Amino acid sequence: MAVELVKIVSKNFDIPDSHKLEVALKNGRYESIDKLFSMKPEDVTEEVCKSGLRGKGGGGAPCGPKWKLMPPVDERPRYLIVNGDESEPGTFKDRQIFQYDPHILIEGIICSCYAIQAHEAFIYIRGEYKWFIDRLNEAIDEAYEAGIIGPKVMNKYDFSVDITVHRGGGAYICGEKSALIESIEGKRGHPRLKPHGKECEWFYGQPATVNNVETISSVPNIVLNGYESYTKWGTQKAPGTMLFAMSGPVKNPGVYELQYGEKMLDVINEIGGGMKDGLKLKAVIPGGASCPILTAEEVEKAYLDYESMWDIGSTLGTGGMMIIPQGVSMVDVAKNLIEFYHHESCGQCTPCREGTGWIDKTIKKILDGIGSQEDIETILDVCETMNGKTICVFAPAVKDIIKSIVQKYRHEFEEHFKK
Amino acid sequence: MSKFKYTDEKEKEFQRIAKKYPKIDAMMLPALWLVQEQEGWVSPDAMIFLADKLGKTPIEVYEFATFYTMFNLKPIGTYHIELCKTLSCMIMGAPELKKFIKDTLGIGPGETTADGKFHFSEVECQGACGGAPMIALNHTYHENLTVDKLKKIIEECK
Ligand code: SF4
Ligand code: FES
Repeated sequence: MAVELVKIVSKNFDIPDSHKLEVALKNGRYESIDKLFSMKPEDVTEEVCKSGLRGKGGGGAPCGPKWKLMPPVDERPRYLIVNGDESEPGTFKDRQIFQYDPHILIEGIICSCYAIQAHEAFIYIRGEYKWFIDRLNEAIDEAYEAGIIGPKVMNKYDFSVDITVHRGGGAYICGEKSALIESIEGKRGHPRLKPHGKECEWFYGQPATVNNVETISSVPNIVLNGYESYTKWGTQKAPGTMLFAMSGPVKNPGVYELQYGEKMLDVINEIGGGMKDGLKLKAVIPGGASCPILTAEEVEKAYLDYESMWDIGSTLGTGGMMIIPQGVSMVDVAKNLIEFYHHESCGQCTPCREGTGWIDKTIKKILDGIGSQEDIETILDVCETMNGKTICVFAPAVKDIIKSIVQKYRHEFEEHFKK
Repeated sequence: MSKFKYTDEKEKEFQRIAKKYPKIDAMMLPALWLVQEQEGWVSPDAMIFLADKLGKTPIEVYEFATFYTMFNLKPIGTYHIELCKTLSCMIMGAPELKKFIKDTLGIGPGETTADGKFHFSEVECQGACGGAPMIALNHTYHENLTVDKLKKIIEECK
């Protein structure tokens, strides 16, 4: 079956000047707000629960139940924090929203703030996205001027929403939600130790919810058209759509909105246009650099939804597929990625800080032609030492990607011994 | 006492942004950005100034600023070339671009040309993987680069 593009979040992306308020208003933006205020906040949350909307920043946790973790409304301020840090290699979808439809994000923020009864939202965006930050700020200014946000939403509803964009300073780990909060609070972006039970996040000691940009941008459609409009797409466990990104030597790299559950190979061939310049597919890292790598044979069996990906031993992550062609050495791939992780470890936990450095050094040793089987064992051993013993999931993610490369392409590492 | 001061315009901007946050600590990142926009880098003197302004100690500001890779702790050239070296860019040709920069400008990562015009950094994924390989030139992205395109970009700066 042919893969079709679904236009929910990306509906306005191709319209000229889609980022401007005037154009946005003509093309359906802010239409959900009247319906929103005809509903009770808890009904909005319920609708989002029923839609099965899942977090699109990498974790895939359901959005509605997360909102329910907010404590009952009391005199304390409550916050919505929108994660636009987007620094997972292979991921470049949120920037399409900033660039082509910032108003869908603002609309989503209004809906989400109302559902969790927060009046202030902070959008944390990686500092490198200076251009996109400026674009989003222009849209926010327009929305303030038109009275869409501010003391009275849409100039008529007795509900205030304020939005502030916070520019990051270049630190991958600030995409981790608690590190992100620490970073806004003026500290190094060190992930926090999590409590055992599930609870909301805390921003300056006050209740807060952290959601990804794309997740929030998916809310207006659910509010306006009801949850059934969303569940008609995707799979039973992963309803709806996601902005999938493709990079590497395919004919049409880019971001495409697809329903969950499409066959990966069809997406690469039909949407991505297949491999460029007669190259052959060797492997795909499916959802941002920290998802276990898939060999060409595994790619043939892969479907783009969370559960199918788990079944074949990887994860869907952010949906950012990094395509690797034949001819690229997997030892080089492993070296490239471990350098990234070594550089980006926040340094709090010894297994992560030292482990990434140790693997980095060992891979370089192998590349220098002075490695042995023992070094491969060392890498796998360090991977295990990093797994499950750290504050955040950064270290387990490093284990996932490195271990999968070493195990699936062990012979390529061994070829370097013979030099 | 610090010799650094915000210009009037930056001071106004600082006051405007500060109102948006529940606490002054949250001004750490915005305040550093304002310094860098003004000076091109963040000097020890500016850190002392910020410490005073934000109710922190200078070492706290220093610890913070050194954690985030985008703050220049030394003056850098007029043009900052940031070349992404992460996987998709590597596969699509970043190493050739690096070699080209080395050959034409004579600088490696972390170096500035003698005339102070260009500074070169190798950076991790910039969220432009679909347009790999890429550089950011003073924060402006240039994607789908080839050596020829990069050559033109550099020549235009000269
Ligand atoms: S696992 Fe790594 S990134 Fe996460 S908190 Fe520990 S040191 Fe920091
Ligand atoms: S890998 Fe270079 S921008 Fe992502």
